[in-house]
Amino acid sequence: MDVLFNGLVDAIRLLLTGDQDSWSITALTLRVSLTATAIALLLGLPLGATVALARFPGRRIALAAVNTGMGLPPVVVGLFVTVLLWRSGPVGGLGLLYTPTAMVIAQAAIATPIVAALVAAALQQVDPDFRVQMQALGATPIRALAALLGEARLPLLAAAMAAFGAVVSEVGAAQMVGGNLAGQTRVLTTAAVLATSRGQFSLAIAFGIILLLIAFGVNLSLTLIQQRQTVMR
Amino acid sequence: MRRTLTVVFAWVAAVLLAGCGTAATSGGTASGPPAVKSLILATTTSTQDSGLLDELLPAFTRDSGWQVKTLAVGSGQAIELGRRGEADALLVHSPAAETEFMAEGSAGSRRLVMHNDFVLVGPQADPADVKGTSSAEAMKKIEAAKVVFISRGDDSGTHAKEKGLWSKAGVTPDGSWYQSTGQGMGETLRVASEKAGYTLSDRATYLAQRGTLALDVLSEGDPGLLNVYHVIEMTKKAGDLVQPDGAKAFADWIVGPSAQRLIGEFGRAKFGQPLFTPDAGKDESTLGE
Repeated sequence: MDVLFNGLVDAIRLLLTGDQDSWSITALTLRVSLTATAIALLLGLPLGATVALARFPGRRIALAAVNTGMGLPPVVVGLFVTVLLWRSGPVGGLGLLYTPTAMVIAQAAIATPIVAALVAAALQQVDPDFRVQMQALGATPIRALAALLGEARLPLLAAAMAAFGAVVSEVGAAQMVGGNLAGQTRVLTTAAVLATSRGQFSLAIAFGIILLLIAFGVNLSLTLIQQRQTVMR
Repeated sequence: MRRTLTVVFAWVAAVLLAGCGTAATSGGTASGPPAVKSLILATTTSTQDSGLLDELLPAFTRDSGWQVKTLAVGSGQAIELGRRGEADALLVHSPAAETEFMAEGSAGSRRLVMHNDFVLVGPQADPADVKGTSSAEAMKKIEAAKVVFISRGDDSGTHAKEKGLWSKAGVTPDGSWYQSTGQGMGETLRVASEKAGYTLSDRATYLAQRGTLALDVLSEGDPGLLNVYHVIEMTKKAGDLVQPDGAKAFADWIVGPSAQRLIGEFGRAKFGQPLFTPDAGKDESTLGE
């Protein structure tokens, strides 16, 4: 049990003393996972809107596929991306493997189906009459969609939080495509795994606590946006 | 309504821009050939978990200008990465597999770097009564007593050595007492400690973590337990993107005097004994004498 306590003490010490390594690991974690979440939102919003609202053959299968994607195992995504980025792979010449960019790609691939599935669910629960109404009022399809997204903004922000939560906490893909290189691709999760395998349990716990803190920070700001808008309404 | 969307998209755009900006910078330092040269070293978990690489690599980067991306995996996987041309240099300890690999012809030179030894560790109570016996004898006793033995099970150099010991003892480990973690040395030691089982470890990783383990060294010192590390340079035959110059720079450096001195000193201050013996230029058959 003293490991947990020492971990807490270590976390506070690392944060207060401005330990260079811990700060750069934390900064990289935020940078990679926020970028991946942003990309996932850009790709997942239109994808989710399409499978939720458009009428095309195989729509239900597409919806089921997107929903399945919510459970994509990070290790499998990591393996896929690794093989693609290998020197012998199709885009190996870019030298992207074991860089933060590779981690962003893998994490975006994990988060996009999560965003798409939650967006689809959110849009489908908006009253169908709403769209009809908008069209009756003469809104262009784009305006109608924008209005619809506005109507579903609470679940949309929840989708962003779910996506960020999934990628910031995953270790399989980050380890595989990033390689856990010190000072280059080491993030909080892979640092915690390494500290554990080195028997430095307090340090591992400390990284875990920092991870929880930044996840809380990001979710707090998103929640504040979400709730403020609700009140203003 | 529109304000919400504006806020959301502004957030997305801001994060995206910030992310791209910084990602591009780091991409430049990590992979931009003109600015910083960077090579990929595939090595074993023992060199990383013991902390040796943390000591060596900054010095190498300072001396040579090459940055190193280290992949700490089992020796089996390290050799496979070399075979596919995904790594430029290998620092491994699985001699039989290495000799086979060299015969394939995609690797350049293979040079002796250092050695330490394997130790058979287990619970203090020593239920199989192996303390002080030779390694083969100890394996026989463990099998006969059916006490828990934790195997790496990951085709690493340590796993290869362990399999060699079983066959030397003339027994086949099988049954619920023989358990395989498939993980690195650090984790495997931890599992053995928690389950009060035996395991084979390289001395460096064991010493580096001894403080957190309920395991004692029970059998050590016989010649069958030598743990020899070689550095292997990969060539373009393994893949077009292999960097033979980086491989040569690393291999030349690690068998050179300054690296060999660092290796010989490593661990002396912290553990009272060096964890590795530098061996560059020696004849492998004379090791351990």
